[in-house]
Amino acid sequence: MSAPSGDAAPARFRPGDRVVVRRAYPPGHVRTPWYIRGHEGVIAQALGAFPNPEELAYARSGLPAQPLYRVRFQQRAVWPGYAGRPQDTLDIEIYQHWLEPAPVAAR
Amino acid sequence: MGGLPAGKVEKTEHDYAPWEKRVDALNVLLARRGHLRVDQMRRNIEALPPDAYETMSYYERWMSAIADSLLQRGLITAEELGRRMEEVAKREGAGS
Repeated sequence: MSAPSGDAAPARFRPGDRVVVRRAYPPGHVRTPWYIRGHEGVIAQALGAFPNPEELAYARSGLPAQPLYRVRFQQRAVWPGYAGRPQDTLDIEIYQHWLEPAPVAAR
Repeated sequence: MGGLPAGKVEKTEHDYAPWEKRVDALNVLLARRGHLRVDQMRRNIEALPPDAYETMSYYERWMSAIADSLLQRGLITAEELGRRMEEVAKREGAGS
């Protein structure tokens, strides 16, 4: 866990905030799972800021460090025809630059 | 490969061959010197074509990813690596 510093992007989200994963499909070394892009979730935990793996993969510094969050999704919203319990959730660790605030109308 | 059926997970331990231990050691030393990041290793392993990924063993994938990373960083050249591989093949062939 790293404290915010000059080398870290400021955190935009706090636990409880509703977010949407960007629906983007760039080439390169992207860690954000394909299937979760475009879905809405809730920030469960702020994990600190870490050098961006998309940049580290190409031997660059990955700075400024990107805040990383554990984001919680509803399984039945992610998987069409989900057969598990309706309250099942899915946690994914996602970097801040993949997240946008959820539209207010979505509540 | 991600998202595809893969059969059962074999949960057996096995001894590592000396070359596998050397690959592991090489990885640790290069990382410690700042010449390698796990992210670049992942990128290179994930970039393997599916048939190569399926047929290579775990440490063969590592070895391939280490070589790719060092080439990408300009620490070695393909020619250098190729010549050394020829040397080794010749030596191993002669010794057996």
